[in-house]
Amino acid sequence: MAGVELKNVKKSFGLITAVQDMNVTFDEGSFTTLLGPSGCGKTTILRMVAGLEAPTDGDILVGGTRVNEVPIHKRNLGLVFQNYALFPHRTIGQNIAFGLKYRNVSKSDIADKVKAALDIVRLPGVEDRYPSQLSGGQQQRIALARAIVIEPDVLLLDEPLSALDANLREEMRVELKAIQHRIGVTSIFVTHDQSEALAMSDKIIVMSAGKMQQVGAPEEVYNSPANEFVANFLGASNILDVTVTSADNRTIVVQTPQFGTITVPRARVADLHGAKTGRLVVRAEKLRLLEATAHDGGVSAPGTVEAVDYQGQIARYFVRVGDAQFQAMNMIDGRPFEAGTGVQVAFNPQDCSVLPIES
Amino acid sequence: MRAWKLIRLYTFLVYVFMFAPIAVVLLLAFNSSQFGGFPIEGFSLRWFYRLAENEAIMRALKTSLSLGLLTALASTSIGVLASLALVRYRFRGKDLITTLLISPVLVPETVLAVGLLIFLRWLHVPRSFLLLLLGHSIIALPFVVLVVQARLVGIKKEYEEAARSLGANPVQTFFSVTLPLLMPAVFAGSLFAFTISFDNITATIFWRPTGMETVPTQIFGMLRNSVSPEINALGFVMIVITVGVPLMAGGLARYFARKKT
Ligand SMILES: Nc1ncnc2c1ncn2[C@@H]1O[C@H](COP(=O)(O)OP(=O)(O)O)[C@@H](O)[C@H]1O
Ligand SMILES: [Mg+2]
Repeated sequence: MAGVELKNVKKSFGLITAVQDMNVTFDEGSFTTLLGPSGCGKTTILRMVAGLEAPTDGDILVGGTRVNEVPIHKRNLGLVFQNYALFPHRTIGQNIAFGLKYRNVSKSDIADKVKAALDIVRLPGVEDRYPSQLSGGQQQRIALARAIVIEPDVLLLDEPLSALDANLREEMRVELKAIQHRIGVTSIFVTHDQSEALAMSDKIIVMSAGKMQQVGAPEEVYNSPANEFVANFLGASNILDVTVTSADNRTIVVQTPQFGTITVPRARVADLHGAKTGRLVVRAEKLRLLEATAHDGGVSAPGTVEAVDYQGQIARYFVRVGDAQFQAMNMIDGRPFEAGTGVQVAFNPQDCSVLPIES
Repeated sequence: MRAWKLIRLYTFLVYVFMFAPIAVVLLLAFNSSQFGGFPIEGFSLRWFYRLAENEAIMRALKTSLSLGLLTALASTSIGVLASLALVRYRFRGKDLITTLLISPVLVPETVLAVGLLIFLRWLHVPRSFLLLLLGHSIIALPFVVLVVQARLVGIKKEYEEAARSLGANPVQTFFSVTLPLLMPAVFAGSLFAFTISFDNITATIFWRPTGMETVPTQIFGMLRNSVSPEINALGFVMIVITVGVPLMAGGLARYFARKKT
């Protein structure tokens, strides 16, 4: 077991810069997620840690030792791929035992370890089957078993759940997290799915275009996005231009065109670098639609529902307030508002954050 | 409707044209007549016995078989390694090397044969079995490379990466993962190579050392005197080897594949 550290790591493929100056630590025993849209460089980072790609610049440290020049087969890492990559010509037992053969483990110990690994992933007794005889979810469990049986220093997972269907994916993510927690292996998990990242991670690294956008605990990244990219990537957000009218140690007062003045707690305000303008971010889930005449104590303004996207327990509303359209995700109790209905749009000042305007 | 009938007739005639000569050889091989032609007088295996007693032919057969096997071995080994380099690695001059490896298919065999011969003269290297083997391997190599490359492209490199992450060094990865997954192509490629070598006559005539005969050159030599019935029997043996070996191999491969799953 060991932590991982990237120091000024950069990777270019010819003219394409896939990863720009990465400085980040993955704490020993922690579960860290690299989250970002397709093509933002997540896989490239994972492959550099694995030793499948050499960084163009910078150092990679595992357990405090620089490993840039250590070939992959000497790094002692567990690797799990999206498409499982189980050896099709070998049985499940042989697949799991594969890494043990290179580790001076005696024959009888190999059998025991394979059995224990299959127990951990809750698929006992499938040693003699071939990968093609298992379902996708089962194959991914075997891939995990094959990676953890060698007791790796670091477990690297590249979108391991993306090939599974929705129900199985949610089940597997709970289980994967439980297994990781139990064996306590430092894990780096790659995904483009924000709900996966929020559900599983100790720490999330949000990436875009090869650059880190924000590093933090799930609730931190979710509640206090560092910039508009993060605000929008982790669920839908409403963003409006505001002017700062006054500020003190604990709060900052901003003027909005639609909702009048709002007093936002200082902790939710990013460094505006002295600017008098900024952007107010309110998550769609934090925006409430009320009956046109109702008030619930938050900031509010009258609006009109323009469209409803009914999703069962939840409805996504598109509402117009003044000249801007807002998104609201609300639980439905009773009947959802219909398009054309006049409503009161409300939210709490402590649920907003203020970001600087990006040039 | 009429058009379809004509097409059917035409197709039939094309097949007759292609396979009649082979059928004739197969039939005449068992003809008891003195002469290597029609009419068929009776069934007999005497020409096969005569064949077995003919030392020159047996020597040619042995030469052809060992040449074929060695060609298969050499071109497959080189072909697999070349395919690996071409498919799995990026390097300068890759396109040029691909073209060079494939070019023996495109160059007329006579030109290739004369070219190699002149080159060896210039180096003062005498003709030998080894050179013949080298030549056959050059001719067979493109087929091996094409077959193996096609398969290798289909083998996801994640398998190899998984193996390496689990502790296998590149050589161990090749033997434990890549080669087993590549086996059907290796098998098919070496069969191709064997058949190509076993059949070859044009280039062989140029390259063989004086006094050495392969089965095709031996037949060619014998035909210059007369069409002996022995040649029909020999033709039969060649057809059985060049058709039967791949069929048998295919059958075996399928049998083992079925046993596995
Ligand atoms: N082997 C490669 N050669 C050239 N470009 C590559 C290679 N691997 C990745 N890239 C490029 O690097 C960028 C990041 O890719 P990747 O790390 O796979 O993204 P992600 O996993 O986040 O989807 C992409 O623009 C991709 O096209
Ligand atoms: Mg990726």
